[in-house]
Amino acid sequence: MAPRTRGATGPAERELLSAGDVARTVARIAHQIIEKTAVGSSEPTPVLLGIPTRGAPLAARLAERITEFSGTQVPYGSIDVTLYRDDLRRRPPRPLELTQLPEGGIEDRIVILVDDVLFSGRTIRSALDALRDIGRPRAVQLAVLVDRGHRELPIRADYVGKNVPTSRREEVAVLLSEVDDRDAVLLRAAADESGGER
Amino acid sequence: MTDVLISGAKLYGEGDPVDVLLSGGVIAAIEPRITPPDGAEVIEADGQVLLPGFVDLHTHLREPGREDAETVATGSEAAALGGYTAVFAMANTDPVADNAVVVEHVRRAGEAVGLVDVHPVGAVTVGLKGEQLAELGTMANSRAQVRMFSDDGHCVHDPLIMRRALEYTRALDAVVAQHAEEPRLTVGAQAHEGELAARLGLAGWPAAAEEAIVARDCILARHVDAKLHVCHVSTKGTVDVLRWAKERGTQVSAEVTPHHLMLTDERLTSYDPVNKVNPPLRTDADTEALRAALAEGVVDCVATDHAPHAPQDKDVEWQAARPGMLGLQTALSVVVATMVRPGLLTWRDVARVMSERPAEIGRLADHGRPLEVGEPATLALVDPDREWTVRGEELASIAANTPYEGMTLPGTVTATMLRGRITQLDGKVR
Amino acid sequence: MKHLLSTEGLDRDTATALLDTADELKRTLLGREVRKLPTLRGRTVITMFYENSTRTRVSFELAGKWMSADVVNVSAGGSSVGKGESLRDTVLTLSAAGADCVIVRHPASGAAQRLAAWLADTPTSVVNAGDGMHEHPTQALLDAATLRERLGPLEGRRVVIVGDVLHSRVARSNVHLLTTLGAEVVLVGPPTLVPTALTSWLESNRVRVSFDLDAELPTADAVMMLRVQAERMHGAFFPSAREYSISYGLNAARAALLPEHAVVMHPGPMLRGMEIADSVADAANSAIVEQVRNGVHVRMAVLYHLLAAQSPAGEVA
Repeated sequence: MAPRTRGATGPAERELLSAGDVARTVARIAHQIIEKTAVGSSEPTPVLLGIPTRGAPLAARLAERITEFSGTQVPYGSIDVTLYRDDLRRRPPRPLELTQLPEGGIEDRIVILVDDVLFSGRTIRSALDALRDIGRPRAVQLAVLVDRGHRELPIRADYVGKNVPTSRREEVAVLLSEVDDRDAVLLRAAADESGGER
Repeated sequence: MTDVLISGAKLYGEGDPVDVLLSGGVIAAIEPRITPPDGAEVIEADGQVLLPGFVDLHTHLREPGREDAETVATGSEAAALGGYTAVFAMANTDPVADNAVVVEHVRRAGEAVGLVDVHPVGAVTVGLKGEQLAELGTMANSRAQVRMFSDDGHCVHDPLIMRRALEYTRALDAVVAQHAEEPRLTVGAQAHEGELAARLGLAGWPAAAEEAIVARDCILARHVDAKLHVCHVSTKGTVDVLRWAKERGTQVSAEVTPHHLMLTDERLTSYDPVNKVNPPLRTDADTEALRAALAEGVVDCVATDHAPHAPQDKDVEWQAARPGMLGLQTALSVVVATMVRPGLLTWRDVARVMSERPAEIGRLADHGRPLEVGEPATLALVDPDREWTVRGEELASIAANTPYEGMTLPGTVTATMLRGRITQLDGKVR
Repeated sequence: MKHLLSTEGLDRDTATALLDTADELKRTLLGREVRKLPTLRGRTVITMFYENSTRTRVSFELAGKWMSADVVNVSAGGSSVGKGESLRDTVLTLSAAGADCVIVRHPASGAAQRLAAWLADTPTSVVNAGDGMHEHPTQALLDAATLRERLGPLEGRRVVIVGDVLHSRVARSNVHLLTTLGAEVVLVGPPTLVPTALTSWLESNRVRVSFDLDAELPTADAVMMLRVQAERMHGAFFPSAREYSISYGLNAARAALLPEHAVVMHPGPMLRGMEIADSVADAANSAIVEQVRNGVHVRMAVLYHLLAAQSPAGEVA
């Protein structure tokens, strides 16, 4: 099933990050990961796992940057958390998305979960459950492009592109050219409270 | 018995309204204007249609044996409400009406209720098993005066037994009514063999299984010069066979049910067993041919095959459900909808197919009589314009298995009279 | 979607979504040591089998268990079912006891649809696991999943279904689903076992009837051999098992008529020798084992769509 594309800029929205900002932010996170996980040293390289839909291309971009900056190939893939969500029965049936683990798996590796927006923390909780069924990483870290606050679980990100104070009624929309028509991060005054990444 | 004056009725729906005085169980006078005698009950007909009381050659009253679905009393009420003054109660009771004791019991039970003349049908063979002739003569000569024999529900499939039954009844002034279904062609059959059955995965009941038996029996009846009646004709092909047989002088009569005039197997897609009946609902081509045949007279009359079933026998999976539908209270309305409104039958024709011909076939001297002075005051009054909505719960039968649930049908029987006594007025049994 | 009763009427989008979910589930579970997802935790699934079918029941049971549903098996033998309780009472009892889903196998055509009607006022879902000669929708879905896996999209593909089509719920469900997905279906068998009255199917130009298997094989993308029920062999539908096998059995010589890419399928259990030769059943182009494997994923997908989503009425039941 085709990923849902996010429409063009509407009237009641504000651009938080431009395409250039997105690229710079990804690069900065890449540097932080290299530093924090000692990529290129004798330590085993971390594994990047993006959470679909937009976490997956973000993970790919990060891996690319890390390789570019450090000269070390970083394995990456995607992990769909739909089957682990705690809100399935609040919505119509959701299509499952791709789970693709890099060769070599995650056993005893540092896994860095990658998502576009960190909000309630429930998606990350689902991802942690999903990881547990796949293997036993040495440690799990979290990288997000935007942290918009309003956590409902004791979860925090290790790498944050931008912290954005929001109201619950607003929606943070990350656009990525792999899925959408361009790169951008928008803040929308959402009418529908259920919208946005929860 | 008080006199009854029916004021302003159209006889057979024809001409100007007249007043009809019923007295002493007969029609005492028919005049443009009659002053009601002292103490007479007056029914304001207001231009409604007066017909001879209806005669149903095919009713299942379920007594004895299945009094949880219907009794002679409740079935009689349903009959009176439907405009019927005589019904033939089929023999497939428990115990089977294959002997004088059971038929006399049913006859007496009908008399005790007194709403409608209940004429028991005797079984052709012992236990409806199709193997050995029942004591037809004893039943014919009993108090029940049986004039119709049928194994209905089962076909008298053995050609030799059928031949003997036809031959034997010649001496009894009786008729053998055949449930035409070649059993080898209908093993496990659940629905009309055709597109719908194939799609729904229901074992087919082929038209040929009926037509083959009707053809065989017509040939046998002619061979032994006996009278044959064909129950619930359901296929176009049977109409063709009947026409051929009648043209060559066979003494054959035939009935069609209201549901085979109106309903088709399209209804089966819900798998609701209220639509399960034997023979099964068939196709548009069949209902059309049956309507034409009834209009033409190739099919002689309408018979309800009124078949009450308790919920535990109906509200189950299709395969486990008993076949059959309620019919007594809806028959006239279905005939109005399928035959009168489209112009296929006049009201005089309705009198023929619902009263006169069935009375003749069932050898009833005092039913289906002309609307004339001196004739029995056995009548049905019909409001042709009044529509009503069918609710199984509201019908007089104990069971509620009507396929017309929720349908609004035209034509309402407003009064029924049996030998001058009002058995039903405005939907209330007396 | 509250129930899955038939593939007739299942629209292309829904069917495709079910198959896509099944594919993802298969991929998700591939190579895992722990085949357990938490998705249906706290949901109760009851299987009601009024006919013996170990393979279908086990497949549904695994599907439910791998998604953490509580699965209870009711069989006609050891319950009130065997004591003459009506189907209606049984299913209303199971619903009242807390079944979120009942999976029913029943010898009467239409039984699943009746159940759904009786459960209309309850939140309980019904999955048809085979009703009489009517439908077996999850079998058709697993067949379609297998075909997609082997052949890619089914648009324009030709599937030959061979054998007792008349009495086969598998054939009915496959005709509806495969044609919905764009395939052409050829029904092949002796005239006594092919429903020739299906004029609307035939008029759709998506379904054809043939009595000559050899003529159909060279252009087939897949051939699906149906089970010949033992009771048909005594019902004079054909003279003998031997003659049937000669005309409609898939022996090695006949299988050689198939194009190289063609897939051989059988819903099982197989009558080796009569319906299908040993060597054909076990050949590389046979997908028979794959069908069984896909069965679990397809049934997981069905349970996921019925139970892991908001109920259609909107209430969180």
